[in-house]
Amino acid sequence: MKEWLSYRPGDFLMFSQRVYERLFVLHNEALWPLPLLALALGAALLLALAFPRPGRVRAALGLLGLAWAFVAWAFLWQRYAPINWGIRYVVPLFALQALLLALGLWRGGLKLPARWDLPRGLGVALVAYAVFLHPLTALLHGRGLAGAEVVGLAPDPLAIATLGVAAMARPASRGWALLAIPALWCLASAATLYLLDSPAAWPPLLAVLVALAARLLPRDSPPASRNSGSAKQNVC
Amino acid sequence: MDSDRHRLSRRRLLGGLGALAAASALPPLPARAATGEILTRALPATGEPLPLVGLGSWITFNVGDDPALLAECTAVMRAFFAGGGRMIDSSPMYGSSQATIGHGLAELDAVEQAYAADKVWTSSPDEGSAQIEASRQHWGVPRFDLLQVHNLVAREANLETLLAMREAGEVRHVGITTSHGRRHDAVEQIMREAPLDFVQLTYNIVDREAEQRLLPLARERGIGVIANRPFQQKRLIRRLEGKPLPDWLAETGAQNWAQFILKFILSHPDVTCAIPATTQVEHVRENLAAAREPLPDAALRRRMADYVAAL
Repeated sequence: MKEWLSYRPGDFLMFSQRVYERLFVLHNEALWPLPLLALALGAALLLALAFPRPGRVRAALGLLGLAWAFVAWAFLWQRYAPINWGIRYVVPLFALQALLLALGLWRGGLKLPARWDLPRGLGVALVAYAVFLHPLTALLHGRGLAGAEVVGLAPDPLAIATLGVAAMARPASRGWALLAIPALWCLASAATLYLLDSPAAWPPLLAVLVALAARLLPRDSPPASRNSGSAKQNVC
Repeated sequence: MDSDRHRLSRRRLLGGLGALAAASALPPLPARAATGEILTRALPATGEPLPLVGLGSWITFNVGDDPALLAECTAVMRAFFAGGGRMIDSSPMYGSSQATIGHGLAELDAVEQAYAADKVWTSSPDEGSAQIEASRQHWGVPRFDLLQVHNLVAREANLETLLAMREAGEVRHVGITTSHGRRHDAVEQIMREAPLDFVQLTYNIVDREAEQRLLPLARERGIGVIANRPFQQKRLIRRLEGKPLPDWLAETGAQNWAQFILKFILSHPDVTCAIPATTQVEHVRENLAAAREPLPDAALRRRMADYVAAL
């Protein structure tokens, strides 16, 4: 125990900020022009969540599930694991998250609210941030948009967008299940970025706090418990 | 084959001389080099001269397959070998560092120049041999010069594997490592009991616990010492930057804080080699230059340590 206490958090960091940032530059270069397509799909995801219909919600969940599987393989396994052996143990968690999203599709087991309330507003705001603003954090590093972290291709914006969906998902048990892995990833990412002295450490941490707050806020579900017909109109 | 025979006969000869030196229990003096060349110190086990400054690879060489960063690391290695450096140290724990070293050695055709030092790092000793073979393939060397038990992980079984490899001629030297001043009691016990060639530990101008027991014991047992974390992973440099260098800096032979810190380490008679890591060619040259004459004597070393402690 005494020995473990002698370690500083920075002792566990095995790569430099420059190497970490260049992962995204090389990733985008290798996938170009996929980042543009991912941005367009991100915008479609946001629209589907802002104006939900059952078919749109299923498409959004399916898209997110595919993105978790793709990021696990193309970014974590191919790029990040070679410089951080701990990532090998994270890849199965990303696959599990993809599976959870697929299960959410199954027989419409996971629904999103059609009515606007604060949790839904916070959830949609998180998705909007992940799609349109998070890529701009690359400018904080001075690496330019060539190193932008794009939703669907990079883990942080994907986790933040999924936190947005989890924040408003119903029933609550499935929302919490969907929230756990993205929250853990965001906390780990925030810690990594903090140790790298990066100002970009804050967004993933704040995203977790916002998602938790949204999940814990009371839901606007007036007639849902009394009238099953109204309940169907309040969720998609 | 001829080369192997040559190595063996040279090893026997140097081993005899080394044993003589060890028997006298005198600290090995650095070999005086021609002007401009870096100093060497004899490995206690064999008498083989090794340059006082090596090259670490923790963090700095963990660059994945980034072609631009691989080229930068190769440039660092080029400058290192051109300046007379030999020992490069890595570990399977260091991400892609081993592959980066292998890339550089292949690009520079420098396998013969390198003193290849790596580690075994597994809590499943049955996997030790496979891990070492994977490391060797990353480096692209016929065999390692030195293999060490990383941070004493599964130390008894892993050390057994390494000693058997040395016996079979599959590695030249065997050692153990620790860092940050941890587990010195266990290190001391192994140094007393096992036929080690090297011990790697943290030693610098502010981390001096090793001076009390481990460095004298290394001299007594004829064990070479590799000093890691010479700059406390840049923290020491950052702490001293902006602080005034002493008026008597010229007496140490240093020109800046980095060389001041390195010269303190290298001038300890029981330190065989220090292994600073860097990504910059300028820094590797600066580090190698710290291994040139003059090196501080005991009185000046005390003055250097007192000066830093007072800052």
